[in-house]
This record gives sequence, structure tokens and C-alpha cells, in this order.
Amino acid sequence: MSDAKGAGSNGSGNGRFLNPTPMLDELESGPWPSFVTGLKELAERTKKPMLRGVMDQLEYSYQTRMGYWKGGLVTVKGYGAGIITRYSMIRDKLPEASEFHTMRIQAPPGLHYKTDTLRELCDIWEKHGTGLIALHGQTGDIMLQGIEADKVQECFDELNQNGWDLGGAGAGMRTGVSCAGPARCEQACYDTLEMHEKVMKHFVGAVHRPEWNYKFKLKFSGCPNDCTNSIMRSDIAVIGMWKDSIQMDADEVDAWVEKNGMEKLVNEVVNLCPTRAISLKDGGIEIDNGNCVHCMHCLNVMPKALSPGKERGVALLMGGKSTLKVGFNAGSMIVPFKKMESEEDIEEFIDLADEIIDWWDDNGLDHERLGETIERVGMKQFLDGVGLEPSIDMVTKPRDNPYFKTKY
Amino acid sequence: MGIEVNGLAIETDDDGYLVNLEDWSKDVADKLAAAEDIDMEEEHWSVVNFLRDYYDDYQIAPAVKVLTKAIAKERGLDKKAASEFLYGLFPSGPALQACKIAGLPKPTGCV
Repeated sequence: MSDAKGAGSNGSGNGRFLNPTPMLDELESGPWPSFVTGLKELAERTKKPMLRGVMDQLEYSYQTRMGYWKGGLVTVKGYGAGIITRYSMIRDKLPEASEFHTMRIQAPPGLHYKTDTLRELCDIWEKHGTGLIALHGQTGDIMLQGIEADKVQECFDELNQNGWDLGGAGAGMRTGVSCAGPARCEQACYDTLEMHEKVMKHFVGAVHRPEWNYKFKLKFSGCPNDCTNSIMRSDIAVIGMWKDSIQMDADEVDAWVEKNGMEKLVNEVVNLCPTRAISLKDGGIEIDNGNCVHCMHCLNVMPKALSPGKERGVALLMGGKSTLKVGFNAGSMIVPFKKMESEEDIEEFIDLADEIIDWWDDNGLDHERLGETIERVGMKQFLDGVGLEPSIDMVTKPRDNPYFKTKY
Repeated sequence: MGIEVNGLAIETDDDGYLVNLEDWSKDVADKLAAAEDIDMEEEHWSVVNFLRDYYDDYQIAPAVKVLTKAIAKERGLDKKAASEFLYGLFPSGPALQACKIAGLPKPTGCV
């Protein structure tokens, strides 16, 4: 290994805590905020050698165009998942970052925190680990980045005593994700927060003890805006839905037109409807609800004038996933509408999810997501296997792009 | 690193797994289990023996899923109860701890 400039000199340069990192510095020169700035500030403030080592190692990686992290085995007692291990392959060269494990911590429904719980979390984390936090990773977890293996248990114990729990990893149920829901959003068609909490409590064992074919994700979006991106990222996407007509407040429509003008109404609402279900009428609009595909565009543009219908519930889309193997998939519409108002409704959802997971666990191959199993064995076999009656309202994939089209 | 059993020095890796799988014996298993704070009872042995038989047959450690199902079948439990049973025996997880005690190679993957 060549002795690359700036790496491994243990902070002796220039009387500063950090070593020179010229290539990382380049990332700070662009127009956007850089993670490098954040890392530097945190390292200078906390004087944690592990952070200095990580920056040195990243600089060295950039110079040599190679990554030097490898996985390993770290857990806490009773748990099979939740710690993402990173051991350095060049610990002889850069010993300060010989370990840099991440603890995944489950975030509360809708990402609602109290400031004092966040402060408490930061204090505990800075005591045991680096203090570096990613809110939130694509997994939906709070990612506490940078701790040594022998400090993981004590850190977990203190976090756990304060009400935090590890998130999912590996071939099991992953950390649930929900949008702000009725707490802060007028479009929510069901209580995403309550459902998130109840469902994930049922699956808590499967989060901590992974033993399925592969990962399984649940995400809860309050309306078809799908702020949690559940349709593309979860095996069962729970998306708020209404069955009847969009509610229209005629006075608010008038007020909107008064303020924004007829031109904007035509150009940005009527013409952008993907199914042409909106027409002009009496100086306002009329919606052909039978042809509405719930893209949410008109409701988003005119939030006071238009709101979701009165008969609200959820739609369940299954088989969505991100990259790897067959590639990106949007979920298929398997349950077009289901009421989600009572404890029993949530129980029914849990029973169905259990049924689906059992079927997938029995029929799926190793490293196969639900959508891939359905694609391999067929939709009919899937529906038979989980006991769902095929119906004309189910949609494997839409015939046309159901999203509104805009120019960016 | 290493352990000593019946006067013989046995080599282990950084995480405490046997370097040479043929070094394994019941005494070695007891020693490995002691390092994990596990008192080997009959139920522990049944899991360890299952792992070793499986490894003999397939030259690979079983997926946790396979292990859980086998235990569920053997003991007439449902999968959830079998999983809790396994973690009760091996608190750091059957994949990590039971494989180590059974003298199997270190499991790979992201758990």
C-alpha cells in the first residue's frame, strides 16, 4: 500500500485535530451543502479519533478508488438484527477507524419527536459512539453511525431504557415507516400513526429475529400522494384511499379562481388531469369521479376547495421493491379499498399480512422479495395461496401512466 | 486467538470461530459455549447436532429459516414459538452463537 498523502498521520499536521483531506474538501466546493462539512464540524467539536479515522479512510478510498469496509457479526442480547457492522480492511494503516458500526433505531410513527427526547438521544449516542446521526435512512430508521463492537450492548441498554428500540435488518420484517398522517395533514384518509404502531407491535419479533427469505417492508401513507414512497419501496404499501366523490367546496373554488385566475385553473388543474376527468362549469369545475384515478394533483393545487371523499379507507398494493434482481417494481393493486377505522380493521390487516408472509415464506426462494415470488409463480397462485378472491378491481399494472404530468 | 481443551491448543479467529473445523469435539463445544455464557443442556445439544448434521450433508450452515422450521417440526411448535425457543437458547442468535458452538464457519450476510 502506498503511503498516500494525508492519510494515517494521527492528527499531527498543522496543530489541527483533523488531517488534510484535499479530495474530500472538493466536495464542499459545490453549490450544495456537503456531508464533509458536517463531519468536520462534528469531529472538531467532539475530538473523537474515530471520526478523524473515518475521514482519513474515505480520503484514502477516493485516492485509491477502493472501498475498505467489510461486514461482520455484532448483535445485542436476544436480537438477531439491528446493528450494521463495518470493520476496516486497512486497520493497520488507519487504526482510528478500525470499527465503525451503525445502530439502526426505530423512528416513531410519522417521525414525531419531542425535542427533549431528541436531545436525550443525542446525548446517549455521543456518550457511547461518535455522535454522528443520519435522520433518516432509506430504511426509515434513525442511523447512529460509528461505534465500537464492545460498546454496542451498553449503548443499546441505555437507549432501550429510554424507550428506543433497534430497527430491522437482514431477512426479516424491516422498520415500519409512516407519513405525518392526520396529525399534520388534511389529506390523510386514515390514521397512519395508529396503524403503524399497532402493526409494528405485532411484528416486533420478526423485526428483531430475521428468518424469512429476504427483507419485508411495510409503509403507511395517508393518501395517494404517498409521501413514504410506499408503492416503490414496500412489499405491502398501505395507501389512504376514498371510495366516493372528491368533496368540493364551491365557495372555496370561487375564492381560488378569484385569487389565481381562470388561466391558472385551466392550465394547472384542468389540463393536467391524467384522465381528463375535470371540466369547466359555471366559472368553476366539475369532476367526473368515475374516471378519477386518485392522482391527487387537483387536491394538492386547491387544498381548501377540494378534499378526499367521505368514505375513506386504505388501498393495499403488494410486491413493490427497489433495485436488485428483477429491478424496480411498483406494487400491484391487490386490495382496492378497505375500511380502516377500528381496531378490528387493523386486526384484519394483520391477519392478511400474516397470511401473505406465511405464503411467501413457504413458496419464495432465498433472497426473493414478495413481488419477485408473485412474478415467478403467478398472480393466480398468489391470490389462491393467500385466500383472496380475484376481482375486476385488482390491477396488476395500470394501462396508462396514472400520475399527473408536469413540466419541470 | 485460541482456546485450550484437554491440554490441546485450538486456534480460533477474531470472533471466536474455529479456524479448523475438524478440531471440533464435545469438549471443544463446551468450552466455546462457556465463552458465550451458555450452559449446554440437552436442548442446546439438539440444535448443535442438527447444525452439524446439516453441515455434513450440505457443506453449508442452514439458513435461519430452515433451522427454525426444522425445530418447529421437531418440537411441534409454530414458527414464531420456534424462533423464540431458539433465541431463548442462544440469545445472540442461532446463526451466530449456535454455529460457533457447533464449530461451523462464520455465517456471512448482513445480520
